[in-house]
Amino acid sequence: MNREDIIKNGTIVYNRPRLLNERNTHYCPGCSHGVVHRILAELIEEMGIEDKTIGIAPVGCAVFAYNYIDVDWIEAAHGRAPAVATAVSRLNPDNVVFTYQGDGDLAAIGTAETIHAANRGENIVIIFINNAIYGMTGGQMAPTTLLGQKTATTPYGRKADINGYPIKMSDLLAQLDGTCFVTRQAVHTPAAVRKAKKAIRQAFENAIAKRGTSVVEIVSTCNSGWKLSPAKSNEWMASNMFEKYPLGDLKNI
Amino acid sequence: MAEEIKLMKGNEAIAHAAIRYGCDGYFGYPITPQSEVLETLEELMPWETTGMVVLQAESEVAAINMVYGGAATGKAVMTSSSSPGVSLKQEGISYIAAAELPALIINVMRGGPGLGTIQPSQADYFQATKGGGHGDYHLIVLAPATVQEMADFVGLGFDLSFKYRTPAMILADGIVGQMMEKVVLPEPRPRRTKEEIEIQCPWAATGRHGRKERNVVTSLELEPDKMEVNNIRLQETYKHISDNEVRFKEYYTEDAEYIIVAFGSVARICLKAIEDARSNGLKIGLIRPITLWPFPYKEINRLSKTAKGILTVELNAGQMIEDVKLAVECKIPVYHFGRMGGIVPNPGEVLTAFNKFFPEATNNANL
Amino acid sequence: MAKIKGTVIIDEQRCKGCELCVVACPTDVLQLQNKEVNDRGYHFAYTAQPDNCIGCASCAMVCPDACFTVYKITTTDNI
Repeated sequence: MNREDIIKNGTIVYNRPRLLNERNTHYCPGCSHGVVHRILAELIEEMGIEDKTIGIAPVGCAVFAYNYIDVDWIEAAHGRAPAVATAVSRLNPDNVVFTYQGDGDLAAIGTAETIHAANRGENIVIIFINNAIYGMTGGQMAPTTLLGQKTATTPYGRKADINGYPIKMSDLLAQLDGTCFVTRQAVHTPAAVRKAKKAIRQAFENAIAKRGTSVVEIVSTCNSGWKLSPAKSNEWMASNMFEKYPLGDLKNI
Repeated sequence: MAEEIKLMKGNEAIAHAAIRYGCDGYFGYPITPQSEVLETLEELMPWETTGMVVLQAESEVAAINMVYGGAATGKAVMTSSSSPGVSLKQEGISYIAAAELPALIINVMRGGPGLGTIQPSQADYFQATKGGGHGDYHLIVLAPATVQEMADFVGLGFDLSFKYRTPAMILADGIVGQMMEKVVLPEPRPRRTKEEIEIQCPWAATGRHGRKERNVVTSLELEPDKMEVNNIRLQETYKHISDNEVRFKEYYTEDAEYIIVAFGSVARICLKAIEDARSNGLKIGLIRPITLWPFPYKEINRLSKTAKGILTVELNAGQMIEDVKLAVECKIPVYHFGRMGGIVPNPGEVLTAFNKFFPEATNNANL
Repeated sequence: MAKIKGTVIIDEQRCKGCELCVVACPTDVLQLQNKEVNDRGYHFAYTAQPDNCIGCASCAMVCPDACFTVYKITTTDNI
């Protein structure tokens, strides 16, 4: 049986999601953002919520997320996505609202907005891309940068006495009464991608059912910032990041 | 039906007027001397009647970004604060202006700089009228002098801001926020429906609802050619506003030999001073800019053709005087009298200042 | 005996040559072009050993650019 026969007689197991439009992303080759965007487009399509979904884009590499997924978007100021999402969700309770934020956006400049939106139990989904670095601005230290990790602003490695410690935002958010679901996932293997997608689906279901705030942290790679190949980045993430940021549900009620 | 006259503070009037306007959402953070806006709204519980959302945010920064979010969905949303809090909001205000969103921001000014004082001031004139945040933008700035205007300018501010898709600010001083006066509240009107919003704001991010094109609200454009086009469009809007929306009031200007320019509650003090002076034969007139941006340059220029001199009276070190000087084009002398730090001059002090700057006027009058 | 056969169509122009699919493929189907590049200059992925494909979609799962369409068929044919 040749290729043409399989295409002709077989079933399609995977197809590019319709909501992921034709634009090529500006992301570097192998960037985790692309996988998470793809999952979001698949889910919004599968759940049939494209007409009522509003995404809030951050500042950072994902600032242009709105260029790729064909739903309505609002581009927020750096760190303010949860505040923007709060008003969008409260004023439009029939809509499904999600923020898409990096570690600088969510865990540094937008810490207050993130914690308070979650503490109010806003019915929103927070997608948190944690790649331990500022990608867009050229690889500077993020609040989640590991101790010893070299970045443009910690060229000799992050030191606790100078830069403090990597912050575990999901652990913090799981402590709040307003969150109903806090989970840490990754997208480095096919199995991890399937699990991450399942988690994001649950987060969207929570928002629709008005159960409170759901946070899905995706421990991610930034191969340009880390100065590794995409494949090596995945290996480095598995052997270094997961120790500090272990995968799994932190809260699921 | 007879008009119902109520007695209340300017800050309370803003809260009542917002509900009656059909405002969709208020997002604020407590700061003296404007906390009554949020307090009154919480007490009135409009979410039970009109469905208006009221939320105490975690900061002024969060509050203005909530306004940005609400405005991006086509809702009539507002925030209020006082000077230090309005400084914090400047980031969000710049984004709202850049994304061409309607919104209403209220600044009940207190003395600065820094933490300053909780007493009244007009020292945020520059901040409000010259931009405030980063980038080339303007706000429509309304300066109320009475509690009645506090109530009326909520509707006017929203209407102008939706008409031009640009944020409007009510720039009130602490006096007009805290002072109790009689007020006739505007007639209640319903909040706009979803369908009305989609017709009025086809750009709003409301979910696609079968729309072919998705809506994206953003202020980002990395291609210089397109970014300049965006800037030119904003400037055209501002030109349009400048040509059509200048508002001011004149008092005793027909025969005036000298003019006082003052806004907000200070204009009322000046009016009293002018009436006292006129009883002594001193022909002074008053022009009170109601829109501080767009500023009544033409009107002041017209007055400067017949007047001998102009005095600006402000609760600051001399801010509006720069616009008055631009209007006058060096034709006649322009002086400034101001108090700072929360001190409010009385009519006598205004006249003393006037006499100091224009001794010839006093000498000629029958004093 | 029933056997699962699969194949993939790769959007070569969209591919950025990140190699994550090559690593993820359990049956060593995929390789990056050694010399050839697409219009954007990337050594894109191709099916070097197409007969190995089992249509598991692992490549599609890890692809950040959604370049894959994956087909699968269960067959009793001799190959």
